[in-house]
This record gives sequence, structure tokens and C-alpha cells, in this order.
Amino acid sequence: MLGRFRLEEPEKLAEASELLGRYGESAKIYAGGTELLLAMKEGLVRYERLINVKKLGLNQIGSENGALKIGALCTHRELENSPLLQQRLPAFANLEHHVANVRVRQAGTLGGNLCFAEPHADPGTLLIALEAKMIAARGESTRAISAEAFFVDAFETSLAADELLTEIHVPAPDSERKCAYLKFGYLERPSVGVGIALSLRDGGVSDVRIAVGCAGPAPRRVPEAEALLSGKSKDEATRNLGQAGAIAGRASEAISDLHGAQDYKEHIVGVLLKRAFQSAVS
Amino acid sequence: MALAARRQDRQTIPVSFTLNGRQQEIDVEPHELLLDVVRDRLGLTGAKRSCDVEVCGACTLLVDGRPVSACTTLAFEVRGRSVLTIEGLAENGKLHPLQEAFIEHGGFQCGFCTPGMILAAKALLDENPDPSEAELKHFMHGNLCRCTGYKKIIESIMAAAKKMRA
Repeated sequence: MLGRFRLEEPEKLAEASELLGRYGESAKIYAGGTELLLAMKEGLVRYERLINVKKLGLNQIGSENGALKIGALCTHRELENSPLLQQRLPAFANLEHHVANVRVRQAGTLGGNLCFAEPHADPGTLLIALEAKMIAARGESTRAISAEAFFVDAFETSLAADELLTEIHVPAPDSERKCAYLKFGYLERPSVGVGIALSLRDGGVSDVRIAVGCAGPAPRRVPEAEALLSGKSKDEATRNLGQAGAIAGRASEAISDLHGAQDYKEHIVGVLLKRAFQSAVS
Repeated sequence: MALAARRQDRQTIPVSFTLNGRQQEIDVEPHELLLDVVRDRLGLTGAKRSCDVEVCGACTLLVDGRPVSACTTLAFEVRGRSVLTIEGLAENGKLHPLQEAFIEHGGFQCGFCTPGMILAAKALLDENPDPSEAELKHFMHGNLCRCTGYKKIIESIMAAAKKMRA
């Protein structure tokens, strides 16, 4: 059973911001509820008010100058089935296809997933590798937060208390840009996730972006591992994968828990990085 | 007096929806869960509370033809929508091909997961009438069964799909 709360249903973004500002910590944004309602059911959090943001029309998927603009209220189901995403960002559409189960995908939103910042989640990791930007609105003003800077800690993002995530922007991928996301897990949520993006040009690898997630409290970019692969020939980068994997494993801030021991997770990071790289360059 | 006044304070949301093809009008409080409303207020106990964390699928209902975890859906969210429970699947006593297939192919033992299993399968086949086994398994991934080992469930769904395509 859930504790009683009042439901607010703003129809304009400004209204939602105003409600957030007015009620502060006693109110919470409610979209699909697939994470929030679980936490409320378990008594981990209590709110006097839930602010239903599904009437704000933030579920469009579009393209502007090649860049993809994804509404924060898009459900995982809408994303996995989006022809635009399947064509332009198949790795991300595939990631969404494998989130949780079909019922969670039906209700859960990308924005909710990112803002709840549950460590064992997929989208944030790949969005970091894709150099995505999170668009946060407060009243009339908006700001862009890089995906890299968005995830602060487990269940903590860099959004201010009265800010709403409205859109996720993914820069225009060119034809030479390859990306891949691989995850591993045998419990209900993923235990380890690795995302990679790189440019492949004349047998050389450049502009590599690597992100690791699920193993530690928040998804992290790993510039040290990227440096071992960027600006190298494909063969040299391949030879460096073991070392890059070890660095990425340590950077994941893996913790020993039900999902596995720290060293096990670090090892799996290395395995996934190797496979993700090979998938991206093939 | 004070109690009545407090009750007046409680927010209720009118929910107009179709349930198994029939129009319903109920008032719900924001915090009421769909599973509780369907089971306790509407007396339809086919959907089960099992894991309560959207993992097992025993509470699966179809809302606008799509599977949801009723245990983690706020009841007011079905306003203006159509809800299908297992009780609404047979029409005038005639079983749905999925129900017939589950019987014919032994797709259930204790039957606890079965309402959710059949509704999820219906959503799958309505969307994809000719799924590959891989597609079927992916869609049904979130419906757990502790009895059958899944083989007969897959056979039942595939058999129903074949019958429904004919």
C-alpha cells in the first residue's frame, strides 16, 4: 500500500516549476512511477504531493540539424520502437529494447530513469559515451548539463530541487561514428554496463568515448582508458584493450554486493569493453 | 464531525474507463493502486499480487492493449482507457484461443502465473501475430513461472498464434 498523497497535474512547464519551487522536498515529480512507486511502497520515501508531468507534452522524438532531441517523458517502449532512433542510433534503440521487462518499458520514461539515478540502469552509461546533454528547465530558463556531469552519486543527479529534465540531446552522429553498449547481469537489474563511441577512419580509431555503469554508484566516463585507444591504429588499440579494460574496471567504482564481488565486476568491465570495442569497429 | 471533515479533505479522482468491454465510473484516491482496485473493489481476483516490484508479471493487466504491472500502476491512470483482465478474455463462455492452447498444451500447473502469462501473450500476439521464438521469449521475459519450466508455455503461445493466424 502507498501512503496517501495529493496529486498535482500541471499542464504547463511553468506551472510544474512553480509547484516544485513552492512545495520543495514534500513534492516529487511523477512520470511512469516505475522507480518512484517502488521506493514509496517500501517506505523509503514519502511525499505529500506527486506532480504528474505526463500532461506537459515532453514525449516527442525529433531531429534538429542532425542532432537527436528526445523528450524526457518518452517511455522506453516508445524509444525502442522509434523508427528515427532505430535508424540514427541503433545502439541506443537496442539498449532501450533490453531495459527491464515489457511492462516497465511500457510505463517507465527515459527522464525518470535518468533522474532517479538508480545505479543499476543502462541509459545513462551510453548517453555519456554519446556525449549527450540533459536539458533542465526552471520556469522560463533552461540549461544544458553534459551527461558526464549529470550523475553525481547513487540516486543523486546535478539537477537543482526545482529543475525539471525536459529533453535529452544527442549530437549528430556522422557516418564514421560507431557506438555500442553491452551489459551483463543475472538479477533483475544489470550488474555491469559499458558504452563506447568512436570514429573509424582509414584504419585508425579516434575520438573514443568510454563509459562504465551499473557496477558502482553512478555511470562514469573513463578518459584514461579512452587515451589508450584514441589516435591509435585499430590493431594497436586492440592490443591496448586489456589495459584499457583494467583502467575502466577500476574507474567503475565497483562495490561488492549481491550483484558480485568488486574484482568480479571490474573483470567483467574489461570483458565488456573488449567486446563493445570489437562490436563497434567491425 | 472532525472525521467527516477530514474525509471531505481527501482528494478523489473520477475515473471513467472500460473494463472488459463495459463502461465503469469509479472514484479513486490518488494513491490507490490498480491491482487493489481491480481485486478488492471490482472483485476480479485473476490478477495476483506476487513480487510487488514489477518483476514477476503475476499482476499483468492490459491497458489499451498493452501490458502493465497493476501492482505499480496508480488506478487513476486508467481514466479514459480500456482495461482487460483475464476474466474478460473469454467471450460469452467461449475461451480465447490462448486459453484453449494453454489447456491443450499443458501451459499451466498451479495456475498462479497464468492470468498474467495469458494476458501478456495476448498483447504479444496482437502486436506481432507471428513471433519468432526469440521474439516471444523477449516479450515474455518479465512473466515468471515456477512450475512449468516455460517449455509448455512457449508451445501454448506458439500454437495459439498459429490458430489465430489461420
